[in-house]
Amino acid sequence: MTALLDVRDLQVEFRTREGVAKAVNGVSYSVAAGETLAVLGESGSGKSVTAQAVMGILDSPPGFVTGGEVVFQGEDLLKLGREARRKVRGERMAMIFQDALSSLNPVLTVGFQLGEMFRVHRGASRAEARARSIELMERVRIPAARERVNDYPHQFSGGMRQRIMIAMALALGPELIIADEPTTALDVTVQAQVMDLLAELREETGMGLILITHDLGVVADVADKIAVMYAGRIMETAPVHDLYKAPAHPYTRGLLDSIPRLDQKGQELSAIRGTPPSLLAIPPGCPFNPRCPRAQDVCRTDRPPLYEVTDDAGRPLPGRGSACHFWKDQLHDRP
Amino acid sequence: MGRYVIRRLLQMIPVFIGTTFLIFFMVYALGDPVTAMFGDRAPDPATAAQIRRDLNLDKPLWQQYVLYMGNIFTGDFGQAFNGQPVLDLMRSAWPITVRLALLAVLFEMIIGVTLGVISGLRRGRAVDTGVLFATLVVISIPTFVTGYVLQYLLGVKWGWVTPAVSSGAPWDELILPAVVLALVSLAYTTRLTRTSVAENARADYVRTAVAKGLPRRRITVRHLLRNSLIPVVTFLGIDIGNLMGGAIVTERIFNIQGVGYQLWQGVLRQNAPTVVGFVTVLVIVYLLANLVVDVLYAVLDPRIRYA
Repeated sequence: MTALLDVRDLQVEFRTREGVAKAVNGVSYSVAAGETLAVLGESGSGKSVTAQAVMGILDSPPGFVTGGEVVFQGEDLLKLGREARRKVRGERMAMIFQDALSSLNPVLTVGFQLGEMFRVHRGASRAEARARSIELMERVRIPAARERVNDYPHQFSGGMRQRIMIAMALALGPELIIADEPTTALDVTVQAQVMDLLAELREETGMGLILITHDLGVVADVADKIAVMYAGRIMETAPVHDLYKAPAHPYTRGLLDSIPRLDQKGQELSAIRGTPPSLLAIPPGCPFNPRCPRAQDVCRTDRPPLYEVTDDAGRPLPGRGSACHFWKDQLHDRP
Repeated sequence: MGRYVIRRLLQMIPVFIGTTFLIFFMVYALGDPVTAMFGDRAPDPATAAQIRRDLNLDKPLWQQYVLYMGNIFTGDFGQAFNGQPVLDLMRSAWPITVRLALLAVLFEMIIGVTLGVISGLRRGRAVDTGVLFATLVVISIPTFVTGYVLQYLLGVKWGWVTPAVSSGAPWDELILPAVVLALVSLAYTTRLTRTSVAENARADYVRTAVAKGLPRRRITVRHLLRNSLIPVVTFLGIDIGNLMGGAIVTERIFNIQGVGYQLWQGVLRQNAPTVVGFVTVLVIVYLLANLVVDVLYAVLDPRIRYA
């Protein structure tokens, strides 16, 4: 598969009063058409900032892209002018945000906000934009779309609001959708519905999907591959089932272990000790070393590159990489 | 909404009675209007008693109040002690003050909001710092200082405008007084707009608008301003009421014979009917301005619904 989006060695920093926060430090990932990449990480791991840099909606200042490439359909978006970049947004790549209530404009009707896509990008008439908005709302299965098109965001339930966000992203048939924690603000039952809808729409349209989340449970069913981020770096990449079966990075192991499981009821939940490092002062060597149960001296001095993960015979496992000096031990769960 | 408005109108009744009675009480109980009428000369006791009877001043205060209010609602505001009907004073004074207040609000709207939006969008830059400093200076200087200084400079020294407004108070002569009257509120409007714009510029829905690929201009006008101006509009609504009552200083400086001028004259001469009459109308203006603002708020922000 040729990549639809290819992020290469992306660097983003925030220049704040307290100093320079290095939010993204050489992140590379790629998504093909029809593929779903899940980007997993705790808050502050740089997963959202990477996405914002890809979309070109980074708050600047204080945020600056200081290096790397964002190649989208063969073209480096970072080299485009502001106006050209704007036309990519919405038209060819779209974004879904976490909290649909605050992400939709409270004083404009959903019909206006949906129709705006057609009016601005396609020069559609008011009536046409309205008709297309109703179509979109029906497509994301909002009941009584025709009657509700003139309602305001606060008049919808959380799940319905998120559907409107999805409809808005879908409006112009983009090749790529980035969903930034699309279900975090929703009830569990609604979460599943929204994820199913996203998966279904991806299937239908053949678009690429980047799913940003901190919830391993959300990822398993929907994603094709996973990139685990920590302190602005990719720690591990793997096809989704491989990662669950045998993680090749102690951080991933820690994340998987911290999911509560029914068959271990009554036992103490294992959590990763410590907290993520401040982005103003990322520790030398492997950024995870202060919290890592496998940390050796080398981890405190040498920054591990993203090693290619191989099987016992030394054949590379497709799509797998780990930024750990001891990935082999971790892969086989050896101490 | 209709029911809400009716309820609010009903709630105004006790407020209206309370405030007007207080004013009535203060004006009538704290001085003797009949003595005031005669100035330094001692009045003839028989004449004084006659006047008292004619003006109902011999009756208990609450009775005077009821009689007065009854007259007001038939359009009779009584006579000033010089024999001029208070209604005549109002007919000449109110249009002038309304004109002055409208001009002042217009300045606040155009200049205040524009400056606020510009500095809010460029938060932390030189323009913003400049605007913040300038508004702080304006807020710190009392109106009578700016009034006299501008009157002297523009009116007397450079002769750009007439220093005193002629009796008809035409629009063009009211421009400088309106600026003086508006200045402090204008500074507040600017600051309020700035804060509101700066706050909303960081809102999630603005980020969404950017992610939708909308042009910057559309994001600012349709998404950012629509939300940012809600508190500003309500502030301006309340301020119209304030400006009408608060024009006393400005009207004095520029010799404008509006509400403030008449009120001041009335207080000075202990001319009770004038003072009570004008203040009563001011109370009504305030109450209605507040109601209009609350209704306007619901119109501007669909999240607010009154039942």
